[in-house]
Amino acid sequence: MTSEEKQRLAATACRVRMGVIEATHGAKAGHPGGSLSAADVFTYLYFKEMNIDPAEPRADGRDRFVLSKGHTAPGLYAALANRGFFPVDDLPTLRHIDSYLQGHPNMHTVPGVDMSTGSLGQGISVAMGMAEGAKLQGRDFRVYTLLGDGEIQEGQVWEALMFGAHYKLDNLCVIIDNNNLQIDGKVSDVMSPYPIVDKLRAFGYQVQEIDGHDFDQMEAAFDAARATKGKPSAIVMKTIKGKGVSYMENQVGWHGKAPNDEEYRIAMDELRAQLAEVEAN
Amino acid sequence: MADVKKIATRESYGNALKELGAAHEDLVVLDADLAGATKTGVFRKAFPERHIDCGIAEANMICVAAGLATTGLVPFASSFAMFAAGRAFEQVRNSIGYPHLNVKIGATHGGISVGEDGASHQCCEDFALMRAIPGMVVMNPADDVEARACVRAAYEYRGPVYMRFGRAACPVFHGEDFRFEIGRGEQLTEGDDVAIIATGILVAEALEAARDLAEIGISARVINICTIKPLDEEIVLKAARECGKVITCEEHSIIGGLGEAVCSLLSERCPTPVRRIGVNDVFGHSGPAAALLKQFGLSAEHIVEVAKEFVSK
Repeated sequence: MTSEEKQRLAATACRVRMGVIEATHGAKAGHPGGSLSAADVFTYLYFKEMNIDPAEPRADGRDRFVLSKGHTAPGLYAALANRGFFPVDDLPTLRHIDSYLQGHPNMHTVPGVDMSTGSLGQGISVAMGMAEGAKLQGRDFRVYTLLGDGEIQEGQVWEALMFGAHYKLDNLCVIIDNNNLQIDGKVSDVMSPYPIVDKLRAFGYQVQEIDGHDFDQMEAAFDAARATKGKPSAIVMKTIKGKGVSYMENQVGWHGKAPNDEEYRIAMDELRAQLAEVEAN
Repeated sequence: MADVKKIATRESYGNALKELGAAHEDLVVLDADLAGATKTGVFRKAFPERHIDCGIAEANMICVAAGLATTGLVPFASSFAMFAAGRAFEQVRNSIGYPHLNVKIGATHGGISVGEDGASHQCCEDFALMRAIPGMVVMNPADDVEARACVRAAYEYRGPVYMRFGRAACPVFHGEDFRFEIGRGEQLTEGDDVAIIATGILVAEALEAARDLAEIGISARVINICTIKPLDEEIVLKAARECGKVITCEEHSIIGGLGEAVCSLLSERCPTPVRRIGVNDVFGHSGPAAALLKQFGLSAEHIVEVAKEFVSK
């Protein structure tokens, strides 16, 4: 990746984070913490990795993305809006009555959303079905799904993981946003899913653990996933919940709470400063 | 009815899938380690590359089916009613119902006629669960001919469908010229003393009851409701208006199934006295299917008793 490209991705990630703040502030609700921890991977997927076209959100051959951790819709919506699927100005209508930006992703109302999700543990299984559907029909699109590290406490996730390895879904990439926080506290305290990497390997995955805020590492990991044949891939991303907004970082309280007007102002100032710094480099 | 041909509707399900699979390459079948019992084994044998065994993991299977449907395939996800509608209810609701995906759920072993396996496997709540999901078509065919027609219609229909099939062999009373339509009830006998509105294996019992009732001068109008949702409101309203008394019969809890669907309709549009025959808010237990059906009052004899008492009022 060229330094210009990396700079562009970093700037976009700042805008995606601003979109998360705009959306959750406008909604007076929603989930900023996990949206911000995943903002970089949303950016990488929609601006670098995936074969998608905002002009044709339902194109047959497009790559698919399933947000298994559906509550971080603000992050997905912010990425989609910045990519041109719908106006960025609509983000503050999130969760409003009659807005197409439903609290959790709705594939029929939000352009670019490939599957309606929200109930944890189900999206990964749907992604398995999409990948198996591609295999059965000899089509070459790829499927990506993003899970939370708390989400993998759901038993269905492991049913799905078994399925992916059994059917050798090498067109599938499972991404885990490992920010180590869930509603009730640290993931490791509430119900430890660790060691995540070892478990995924034992389930038959080509596993990589990377810094989920580093685009070079993402590029290497997604390239390696694409090159893997005969088994599915998993990328465990070590991330910081609330990343980019100082008072939200690593704070469990920002899982599902919206910034008030003052907090909104501070967050936007910080993100604007980060954007200016990225663009100045 | 000793010389009548008897076939379990789960057999019809498997056979219809095999027949449809030959004509339609987009049809795929999923199972959760029960292909032998759901009778999809015949499809698997004919089209192994289009049969996806998910292992004992129904929640995943339902959502995999949803994912397959998004790629344009027409998945038939198969398991016992207890697990397809029961265990995986929330997956059906959120990953098939809410996005209104084109998934067909083939649920075999519905009701207490599962028999010896007992209460843990006797699902008498599936109509209630599936009816409550917006946009879900719920069907419960009465015999082999109707079951095969129902599977064909489900394939042609765009959207989520739940179909219940039985484990035990039941009489075939439809001719091969039978024409099936989703959402359309079928009047099987003329009569105006009482309407017997039945579904699934209780339809044959209702027909037998009507013959017995005729012998004692009671004319019963038997109506077969395969599609429990959307309900054929016209046929039910007409029967209520013309007969004045309605008996519903189903191998399902009296809570949430055909009986309640009929009562809801009638109480709003044509208040009519109703007697509900079904499983009376209790769990089943082990035993031979025929003995259980008799014991739980899901029999022609019990329908006759209820009708005699009801008509005499």
